[in-house]
Amino acid sequence: MNELWRFVTTASNWQGHSGIWSRTCTHLEVCIVSLLIAVSIAVPGGIVAFRSRIAALVGQTAASVVRAIPSFALLALIFPLSIRWGFGLGFWPTVVPLVALALPPIFLSTLTGLRTVDSSALHAAHAMGMSERQTFRYVQVPLSAPFVVTGLRIATVQVIATATLGAFVALNGLGSFIEEGRLEPNTAKLLTGSLIVSSLALGGFGALSLCERAVSRWREIES
Amino acid sequence: MIASGANDFIWWEWVSRESSLNKISSAAREHLVMTAITMAGGVVIAAVLSGIALHLPRLQRWIEGTATVIYTIPSLALFGFLIPITGLSLLTAEIALVGYTLQSLVTSMIAGYRSVPAHVIEAAEAMGMGRFKRFVSVETPLAASKLIAGLRIATVGTVGLVTIAALIGQGGGFGGLILEGRRLQNFSTMIVIGIAGSVTLAMLFDVILLGIGRVVTRWERR
Repeated sequence: MNELWRFVTTASNWQGHSGIWSRTCTHLEVCIVSLLIAVSIAVPGGIVAFRSRIAALVGQTAASVVRAIPSFALLALIFPLSIRWGFGLGFWPTVVPLVALALPPIFLSTLTGLRTVDSSALHAAHAMGMSERQTFRYVQVPLSAPFVVTGLRIATVQVIATATLGAFVALNGLGSFIEEGRLEPNTAKLLTGSLIVSSLALGGFGALSLCERAVSRWREIES
Repeated sequence: MIASGANDFIWWEWVSRESSLNKISSAAREHLVMTAITMAGGVVIAAVLSGIALHLPRLQRWIEGTATVIYTIPSLALFGFLIPITGLSLLTAEIALVGYTLQSLVTSMIAGYRSVPAHVIEAAEAMGMGRFKRFVSVETPLAASKLIAGLRIATVGTVGLVTIAALIGQGGGFGGLILEGRRLQNFSTMIVIGIAGSVTLAMLFDVILLGIGRVVTRWERR
């Protein structure tokens, strides 16, 4: 504990390329980029799957296959390819397994969300003269939003925790503290890295739980 | 036939060697054993925790919260925490792996048994069922679909995480192959075999559990 305190309160450990600040920023950057990519694939994917039965079958099968691929294994596979294709070390090889990790929960929750929209709500919208687009925008989107946010929350926690593996492909993120701490060995360093990662993951969990509550406010009106 | 070699994506000749096949089959066995131990341990611990949470609702938030916190700890870090305490041992790997299963198992168990309607329990009581009988033949079947869903998520996750145990040099099953492949100048054949093995195993468990789930919830479709 004393050593941990000393490590965290030493100014030089915060500054520079391998300091706490820089590594936290890199870590967050890689997570945010991965989540954005995953959302922009999985949410439209979920919508397509809702509209077409074949797409749903293909998507669900793909999701369970992708879910079964260990992130560490995907990272090991992507690394040499990334170098061969000129994407380099660190950032991009880490993004690929993180996107793969985030896709299934977001896709499946989008699909579930849309499927749980009560058909009576759709009939009512139709009867009110809403067009297909208006129904989507004003009925289906708000009613399924809480599910999408739940999926995003699950993905976010996993992505933040798993981005530590980036240390194996020379990503200078928080995983590097853990890896260096494990090899040196320096328990204070290791603890610093993992405490920050866990707090970020819990922070993401908390923030998205709040979002979830915000987008499900209509439930209170209903009941 | 084009000559194949160590630089190919998959070097089939290496795969077909007896020494390689032995290596692959022992990795598969190790992976299976580690997954089985983890799931057995995880189910027992999760059952105890869920039992406590169901009887003492005040503790439910704490139990679920703790399981979520464990889930947010990066696997590398968790191994790092545990190595000074339990050493570079199989125990270290198992503690971490079991810890990760708790989140989905505990959540699904609590949700499953909570979803049993009160009037069903009353009816069972009125029929003179004892507590144990009611638990086995009324509550568990009603909770089964949620229990199986949690079990599937936990099992697929565990099969993937076992590969990371290779990093602390203990077990790791197919993870051992992946790591060795990386050490040998990114010998992709070993990496690919490791991934394929791990994915196959995960899908196999998933399908088996899905099948069991369909059998035990047959009454729902009647």
